[in-house]
Amino acid sequence: MIQCKNVYKNFADKTVLSGVNFDIPAGEIFGLLGPSGAGKTTLIKILTGQLSFEAGSVKTLGKNVEILTGEDKKNIGIMMDEFGVYERFSCVENLQIFADIYGIPHSKIKETLKMVGLQDAMRKPAMNLSKGMRTRLQLARVFLHSPKLIFLDEPTSGLDPQTMKSIHKIILEKKETGVTIFLTTHNMEEAAALCDTVALLNEGVIVEMGAPQEICRKYNHQKKIKLHLSSGEDLELKHGKESATEISRLFEAGIIETIHSSEPNLETVFLELTGRKLQEDA
Amino acid sequence: MRNILIIIKKQIKDTIKNKVVLIQFVLFPVMTLIMENAIKLDGMPDAFFTKLFSVMYMGMAPLTAMVAIISEEKEKNTLRVLMMANVAPWEYLAGVGIYVWTICMAGAGVMATGLEKENILFYLLIMGLGFVISIVLGGCIGIFAKNQMVSTSLVMPAMAILSFGPMLAQFNRTIEKVAKILYTQQISVLLNKMSFDKGIGESIIIIMINAAVFIVLFFIAFRRKGLE
Repeated sequence: MIQCKNVYKNFADKTVLSGVNFDIPAGEIFGLLGPSGAGKTTLIKILTGQLSFEAGSVKTLGKNVEILTGEDKKNIGIMMDEFGVYERFSCVENLQIFADIYGIPHSKIKETLKMVGLQDAMRKPAMNLSKGMRTRLQLARVFLHSPKLIFLDEPTSGLDPQTMKSIHKIILEKKETGVTIFLTTHNMEEAAALCDTVALLNEGVIVEMGAPQEICRKYNHQKKIKLHLSSGEDLELKHGKESATEISRLFEAGIIETIHSSEPNLETVFLELTGRKLQEDA
Repeated sequence: MRNILIIIKKQIKDTIKNKVVLIQFVLFPVMTLIMENAIKLDGMPDAFFTKLFSVMYMGMAPLTAMVAIISEEKEKNTLRVLMMANVAPWEYLAGVGIYVWTICMAGAGVMATGLEKENILFYLLIMGLGFVISIVLGGCIGIFAKNQMVSTSLVMPAMAILSFGPMLAQFNRTIEKVAKILYTQQISVLLNKMSFDKGIGESIIIIMINAAVFIVLFFIAFRRKGLE
């Protein structure tokens, strides 16, 4: 669905993206994880044809991004943090404009607003919506024309955990319909919960890429098993044959309360690879 | 063409909600109606307030409306969403321009009620031409301005010169000489003649030169900056 080969992008004398490579198959949620200023938004702009690039090649929907036609763009939905809504218009009026542009019957507007949980705020002017509701409205605008490929730039940034969860649910429901989703985030929990593949981007370079669990397993250098016993005692055992007898004994004694492996999360992997935190600015 | 109609429809819907633009459209027609009916002095030329306010309306309403609409869409990033939805920049500008022209013509229609019937066609033709030039200039400023604050600082002097120049020219010979190069001044001259057959060639030439200059400026601005 998207192929990005050795892409370079400079702003003045600063290199913003350096040799970026990835391939996103159809129906996948691909997460671009990185701190603010890593180049995530720039990459979305390149992949959607909003920005040119110095070197490399980008194919979106199987076509070179430079030659995407209006018809191709109808199969793409983009939600960027900086994109606005018509403040004085209600949710329905906001979507009517785009329904007319895409030639979609107005009956689909209510259906889409219901999908994102805005059915009770349909007539509310956008200026009176909370940040979470505004994000839902932007999502509704993206989903309205049923695109095959969706770009979401930090879709849950600044939202409360409950709203974040409900938006995750909407995104996963969309994935079930076969839509390919490219999302950027600096929230590692979000990336782990939603993405089939994540790429860790730091200063314009992809430093690691793969399934979130695979990445975490790959950087599991400690290889330890942590046990919490009913006595309150915590034990750390080596992840190997030599611990099997001990764990088996403790199980038989029925004194193990919890048992965990010591895999790192994406945040720790990112810190190990770059020396930076994903949410250092948050 | 469909996208142009969608933009016009959107703008019409926004007219009632956008008080800044609405006041611009309504202010002078309402003032004209009130003044023409309330003030009648001996020796006052026919339709004095209609002609005076018409030129001010032309120099203010289309200019500020164009700039306000474009710069707001730029600042709020709704313009980019339209572009991403495959609305071409020229379609957007044409849609906004046609909308502003139509509303201004409706305003001019209201103002024309104070004129003799036989003058109405001439008046509307001249006003229609003037609105087009103001819209092109407004489009230029809207394209150049990054946000609403910048657009206000750019549009205010232009608006003041175009609107008040012809009015002040009535009282001062030097201002009249300078204002001669403005299309609004020439429109004022034409509105005072109110006829096609009284040596209007010079005025038409100056208006056309103004139009040509602003159209060239518009294309330079559009090629350099687009709508980003």
